[in-house]
Amino acid sequence: MMGNLLEHMGVERDRLHFSWISSAEATKFVDVVKEISDKVRALDTDKKFAKDYTK
Amino acid sequence: MDTCIEKIRTICADLLAKGKVQKVIGFAEGSIPMASRPIAVTSKEDVAKLVFNATCGLNLANYVSDVLPKEGKIAVTAKGCDSRNLVTHMVENQVSRDQLYIIGVPCTGMVDKRKIAALFEDEITDFIEDGDTLTIVSPQKKEKVSKKDVLRHNCRVCTHRNPVVFDVMAAEPVEEQSLDQPFADVDHIAAMDPAARWAHFQELTKNCIRCYACRNACPLCYCPTCFVDESSPQWVGKGQDKTDINTFHFLRAFHCAGRCTDCGACVEACPMGINVRDFTRKLNKDALELFGWEAGLDMEKRPPLDVYSPDDPNDFIK
Ligand code: SF4
Ligand code: SF4
Repeated sequence: MMGNLLEHMGVERDRLHFSWISSAEATKFVDVVKEISDKVRALDTDKKFAKDYTK
Repeated sequence: MDTCIEKIRTICADLLAKGKVQKVIGFAEGSIPMASRPIAVTSKEDVAKLVFNATCGLNLANYVSDVLPKEGKIAVTAKGCDSRNLVTHMVENQVSRDQLYIIGVPCTGMVDKRKIAALFEDEITDFIEDGDTLTIVSPQKKEKVSKKDVLRHNCRVCTHRNPVVFDVMAAEPVEEQSLDQPFADVDHIAAMDPAARWAHFQELTKNCIRCYACRNACPLCYCPTCFVDESSPQWVGKGQDKTDINTFHFLRAFHCAGRCTDCGACVEACPMGINVRDFTRKLNKDALELFGWEAGLDMEKRPPLDVYSPDDPNDFIK
């Protein structure tokens, strides 16, 4: 529902990821982080929820 | 609706006189027309102050915890939505059923005060309700409008006008509405492309002054320290920076996920006329579609985000 609300607000769904990873699943952790990074990198750079501290 | 106020007053006077309840929470006339306000009445003499009309748009469940005595009961007058928030309060252990005496008031909707004010160029000096006919007076003119034409949006799409829980009813139940498209407003936003959706919400909240009236009017927002007021850590900045405004609105809404009854009190309270329900309506639609859930209907069921079920939608977890 959180992802859906973000998407409804116009934030790309791929910016929010959920996963269950046990502390013993190091390889799964690496895979998931890689996948997340790739997905987020594929999106346009976007500062929707980034605060501009230079102002 | 005007007839039921006599019944409400009689019930309240009797409850107070017999000592069955210590206080009654209801609505009283405000200092200007159309501005009815919540009131806690403690004596039989004061029940004459109670009113009920189409301007009672706040949600009285919000005030229950504030006035709850250590012992004994309070009575609350409850429209459909107020009663659902009372149920939510009970489900979330904010109050117990035996502390409440619920006077159910079937509701035919509350008026959109901004819509009415927009019909006038000058200040409204009187508001008279007679069934569906509203007579609104200002120094310049007198308008008669049909209440149906000036209902708040949440009341137009309400399907629970009758209280879901009560000890006594102040009037006969009213007919419930059935809607072909209960979430047309949400669908309308969903049909836009992502950039337009973002722009819609930016436009919606651009005048937000972060006064938190929307949060304060909401019965769901009872945390002793709200995340926006927390200073260590400070989750969100205090000013009108647009990222902070976005964060506030997104999180305020999400905290209402699976709990919001669409009572409209948040919108009613906003001094800037912002329809913050645009956020919660999406959550309400999802709660219904994903979990078959409408908040505040059942005292026995746990809210969907509060309980695990093997049938929960799982495909978002990798
Ligand atoms: S978020 Fe608004 S509509 Fe929903 S319960 Fe709170 S005040 Fe009512
Ligand atoms: S009541 Fe309106 S102006 Fe105040 S914080 Fe809420 S949305 Fe912003």
